[in-house]
Amino acid sequence: MIPLGHYLVVSAVLFAIGAAGVFLRRNLITILLSIEIMLNAVNLSFVAFGRYAGDLDGQIITFFVMTVAAAEAAVGLALVIALFRQRESLNPDAFTSLKW
Amino acid sequence: MLALIPLFPLLGFVVNAMLGRRLPKGVSGGLASVAMVASFVVSVASVWQLAGLDPEARAIEQTLYAWIASGELNIDLAFRLDPLSAVMILVITGIGSLIHIYSTAYMHDEADGEFARYFSYLNLFAAFMLVLVLGSNFPVMFVGWEGVGLCSYLLIGFWFRKKSASDAGKKAFIVNRIGDYAFILGMLALFARFGTLDFQGVASEVAGLPPETGFGVISLATLLLFIGATGKSAQIPLYTWLPDAMEGPTPVSALIHAATMVTAGVYMIGRNAVLFSHAPDTMTIVAVIGALTALMAGTIGLVQNDIKRVLAYSTVSQLGYMFLAMGVGAFGAGIFHLYTHAFFKALLFLGSGAVIHALHGEQDIRNMGGLRKALPLTYWTFLIGAIAIAGVPPLAGFFSKDEILFETYVEGHTLLWVIGAATSLLTATYMFRLVFLTFHGQPAAGHPGSGTGDSGSDAHRRVPSPGSRVPSHDAPPAMALALVVLAVGSVAAGWVGIPHAIGGNNQLHAWLAPAFEARVESAVEAAEALPPGEAAAEAESHERLEVTLMVFSSVVAVMGILLAYGVWVKRRDVAEACARRFAPVHTLLLNKYYVDEVYDATIVQPIKAASTEGLWRWFDVRVIDGAVNGTGAIVDGSAAVLRRLQTGSVRAYAGSLLVGVVVILGYYLWR
Repeated sequence: MIPLGHYLVVSAVLFAIGAAGVFLRRNLITILLSIEIMLNAVNLSFVAFGRYAGDLDGQIITFFVMTVAAAEAAVGLALVIALFRQRESLNPDAFTSLKW
Repeated sequence: MLALIPLFPLLGFVVNAMLGRRLPKGVSGGLASVAMVASFVVSVASVWQLAGLDPEARAIEQTLYAWIASGELNIDLAFRLDPLSAVMILVITGIGSLIHIYSTAYMHDEADGEFARYFSYLNLFAAFMLVLVLGSNFPVMFVGWEGVGLCSYLLIGFWFRKKSASDAGKKAFIVNRIGDYAFILGMLALFARFGTLDFQGVASEVAGLPPETGFGVISLATLLLFIGATGKSAQIPLYTWLPDAMEGPTPVSALIHAATMVTAGVYMIGRNAVLFSHAPDTMTIVAVIGALTALMAGTIGLVQNDIKRVLAYSTVSQLGYMFLAMGVGAFGAGIFHLYTHAFFKALLFLGSGAVIHALHGEQDIRNMGGLRKALPLTYWTFLIGAIAIAGVPPLAGFFSKDEILFETYVEGHTLLWVIGAATSLLTATYMFRLVFLTFHGQPAAGHPGSGTGDSGSDAHRRVPSPGSRVPSHDAPPAMALALVVLAVGSVAAGWVGIPHAIGGNNQLHAWLAPAFEARVESAVEAAEALPPGEAAAEAESHERLEVTLMVFSSVVAVMGILLAYGVWVKRRDVAEACARRFAPVHTLLLNKYYVDEVYDATIVQPIKAASTEGLWRWFDVRVIDGAVNGTGAIVDGSAAVLRRLQTGSVRAYAGSLLVGVVVILGYYLWR
């Protein structure tokens, strides 16, 4: 059986890739995808912990995360479309007018 | 039933205050008068019921509800009718009714709204005054006390568009505030000492104590209460507001500033007779202040030229007599004088009102003269009032004033008696100066431009033109009614207190005695201590002394009248010669001893300066505004720095979020 540590390492790597994507990419859709990667990294660690502890809690919470992620993707994409119609751009640095 | 007495005028006030603008004069004035008459009827019925009770138990109490119940402090809204308050409510509602009726004619030139406003104030005043005298404990009395002060302010400043009138109102209000402050402190001292504020409670607590020898809590409390009384009843040092109060309509001067409100202080001392008689030091102060006020106001009255101001100083002087009586322990005599004074002083004021009304607002007696023919009714009633106040037997003023002087002499205050007798001479002289200058002699050839000038006048709108000094008409029926009834009262009111010495039996004294109970008991004990024969001999010598003093004071009164006749009718030039001869004294008196100026320089101006420089320019502008503006400036400054953090860039927010998470996790992992 693969030990818990391996799962956690993969999860951490995935999370780091996702975070890096959020910060480094200049395309809103890519950023949304990167957020999905981060969420799935967390899902992986939940499931791994659940399996390690021998109960179903980890799997249950994963379903919640997946539901939230789906809702978030729907809202996020809708916002992206609305923003694109406004500015003809998907670069997040183009949307900084929401400040003092 | 007692609650009905103040309730009627209160209802009159409510109706006139809310609907008065839309009511014609007949309705609003009539309503107010009917309310007063109804109150008078209930008062008479209540007093009748009271008189039917056993003399020892003459008191009707009515508790409406518990007003304040907080720990040891229990105050009921309770009314109490006893012989003392019975006299007061009869005076207030009786003379109040007459003055309401008089006012319907006097104020007839006002617009409907103003007319109703006037009557609503007058009704409100009557309601508060009745609460004052019926209240069975200090706080209820204080409600009335403050209420009449408010109404006095409103009515003095009734013609508030005239600056002198609104100033006079403010002056009355502020000067009274000083006295009221002391009054509150006095109440607190009493509560701290006795744990109750009920008149009966305090009296029964005090009755068990010996009179204070030094200056203790009782002396302090009574002195503070007396300071309150000096404010309300216009005694030295707080009398200055009363002469200025003559800016108000004349019936108001008659009702509030002569007959009723200003006697509240005297009533208050009478109500707490037991308490005051346990504080000999305070009593001495009361007597001395009373006598000095009587003399000082009498001398000022001698030279004033405004018909109402002469009467105002006369009021101050007569109030001084009442306090003299209170101070020497002759509570019955003081209340007796209060009661007779209410008749003749209201009569004199209403008479002066009739003169002013007929002359379209003229108030300066130098511009009057020879009005006897034109205003016969006013003349005769005014003359009766003047004789009554001068103290000629058998009119009302004689008995009461004489009783005061007699008691003063008997109690051993010879110096105060001399002052009182001198004031009695002054009273007769200045009153008859007023009568002779106003009604006798030749009509004054109008001094051009002398008009009403500096002397405050009722003529807010009816500015007299040079030709208007011709009297238009004698008193109209409503005014005549009040004058005649009061004239009858001024003649007869004294007959309820004819002393034993000349065959009367002083019913009023016997009637009032239970109200001053503890004092009377001690007097009885003192009398019992003497062997019967000696007591009788003593009583006889007392009676002889009283008759002697009576003859003396009658002679003094007649002398005063003759003096006035000699100076102001026979040889008018003598008055002017005297004024020139004693120019400094004359100027001093004409300027009322410069008391107003002294107060202005020593109290008003320093307070104004301190308020402007200290409270306004320094405390308000620097400290309060500084604190408020400083708070704003701090927020503004820090916000200018902190808002840089809000860039609007989503990635900057995400970055700070990430850093934050890493830092917090790092802290928990490595701590």
